[in-house]
Amino acid sequence: MTPRGRHAAGWWALILPAFLLMTAFYVAPIAQVLAISFTEPQPGFGNYERLLTSEGVQRVIGTTLRIGLITTALALLLGYALAYRIALSGPRTQRWWLLAVLVPLWISVLVRAFAWVTLLRRQGLVNQGLMAAGAIEEPLALVWNELGIVIGMVHYMVPYAVLPMLSAMREIDPRVMAAARGLGAGRVGAFLRVFLPLSMPGVIAAAVLVFIFSLGFYITPAILGGGKTLMAAEWIKLQILDLIRWGLGAMMATVLVVAILATLAVFSRVVNLRRIFGA
Amino acid sequence: MSVPAGHALSLRGVSRRYGDFVAVRDASLEVGSGRFLTLLGPSGSGKTTILMMIAGFVEPSAGTVLLDGRDITALPPERRDFGMVFQGYALFPHMTVAENVAFPLRVRRMGRAEREAKVRAALDLVQLDRFAERRPAQLSGGQQQRVALARALVFDPALLLLDEPLSALDKKLRAELQDELKALHRRVGRTFINVTHDQEEALSLSDEIAILDHGRLVQVGSPQDLYERPATRFVADFLGKSNFIEGEAERDAGGIVLRRGGARVLGRGDSAGRALLSLRPEKIAILPEGASEDNVAEGRIAAWSYLGTGYAVTVATPELGDIRVHLPAWRSPVAPAEGMPVRLGWSRDAAVAVAEDPA
Repeated sequence: MTPRGRHAAGWWALILPAFLLMTAFYVAPIAQVLAISFTEPQPGFGNYERLLTSEGVQRVIGTTLRIGLITTALALLLGYALAYRIALSGPRTQRWWLLAVLVPLWISVLVRAFAWVTLLRRQGLVNQGLMAAGAIEEPLALVWNELGIVIGMVHYMVPYAVLPMLSAMREIDPRVMAAARGLGAGRVGAFLRVFLPLSMPGVIAAAVLVFIFSLGFYITPAILGGGKTLMAAEWIKLQILDLIRWGLGAMMATVLVVAILATLAVFSRVVNLRRIFGA
Repeated sequence: MSVPAGHALSLRGVSRRYGDFVAVRDASLEVGSGRFLTLLGPSGSGKTTILMMIAGFVEPSAGTVLLDGRDITALPPERRDFGMVFQGYALFPHMTVAENVAFPLRVRRMGRAEREAKVRAALDLVQLDRFAERRPAQLSGGQQQRVALARALVFDPALLLLDEPLSALDKKLRAELQDELKALHRRVGRTFINVTHDQEEALSLSDEIAILDHGRLVQVGSPQDLYERPATRFVADFLGKSNFIEGEAERDAGGIVLRRGGARVLGRGDSAGRALLSLRPEKIAILPEGASEDNVAEGRIAAWSYLGTGYAVTVATPELGDIRVHLPAWRSPVAPAEGMPVRLGWSRDAAVAVAEDPA
């Protein structure tokens, strides 16, 4: 072995314990669970056949994708406006804005979901306020449906949308924006032709991050959906814990993992994910 | 060939304050059509603030900006129709060279055929036609600078504003692009307003130079005017090098006579009383045996260095203090040596009375 090769082998030896630990306690159990999808109730691709034949399975996947896409779109829209506002403010104001964006991340997702329930239910603050103001006669159905899930998920995802977009916006040279104005573009034109394209890597990163997170949401849809709208994670729990259909649950879990890896694979060709996620 | 007419710009009593800090104080300036004016000053002198007020990015606290006599003080930058080359060029990194140059035409909604023809002409003008499809990051500093110029000129702007256009380049390239910029100004015949802290660049490029210090316009004039007849100590010192001799002056037939200790120095000017003379180092000669001049001072060489084109010599004189002298190497009657006694001589025209700087 060359000295250089021995050197490299030394580094590998250093991370070997961590690697073994991860394999033994993380990768192996997951692989084992996912393998159940091929073995229960009988060996074969029976569970995966349901993807094509079972309306229930298709509906869950459809709902998950739809809610995931709506959440992503809304979180990006709100997040972009927020990030833009933050990026254009002075360093002092920026710190306060960032704090305001990050504080919700430190509050338990459970607490936040129940807080939304109290706000949005029939006798909640929002409905009562609107009724008192005379805007509506009957309480609106704001929760225990898809709308409630989307509200709760968007609220959870906005900080994750803001951070990658803000970091992309901070890299934009302010002189480039001045140049656009000086060369004859109005505020809107300068934004559309220069700022938006230059912030696009951040938007794509935020979209990937938010969409992947959205696919696996469990607590928020479980509480705000009221059991009527099922997303993939809750459906898996239902199959495994309530109906004891391990094979079907594991199949859906496998589909989720594959969907996430596929999304990452596609976008890693478009943008530099390592840089975006801060690696 | 008919040269398109440039436009004239005037500043009338323009000031800019930031809280208590006065960045520009009561500046008035006329830039004639087709002229090349340079705003010259050290950093913090307010030259960039003036340019930004002309461009419309900074609003004056007082005063007006006029283009061909029309008040444009309140017009936003995108409606002024001025081309601008930014410090560091500010090219759009997500666009190719051709797209960068097409940008001002696109936002003006020019038709495709006309746009493409103009972009090609602008790239030809700066000899970058072969690089049209490259991204700015794939170009050298000098090439980026030329893209910025093409982008600023492609829409036939009323004025071209240049913010330290050459400061990011190395010395040799800077000299090359100075010549190019000057030739370009001749070819396009437009009014150019340039900002720099480099006095050599200002002297070689400009029809007119406006010198700024601490937010004040100190003196405006042709490069020769400013160099030969500086108004203040700051101008004489900033534009080239200068010796200063202080004393009591009285007028005589040819100008003034300045007394300092036992010495008398003849100079140009008309001030009486306390006065300051500026004396350029290259206008002083070491006199050969028996020769004479309007002014003569004896001393010893305190220090010298060889610069290739000549010698920079510091002569300690008992009456006038240290005097810096620049001797062309090929005309120097002596090879300098430390401690060598020399006799310095200069004509009356070489010494100019200048004002002390306002505190």
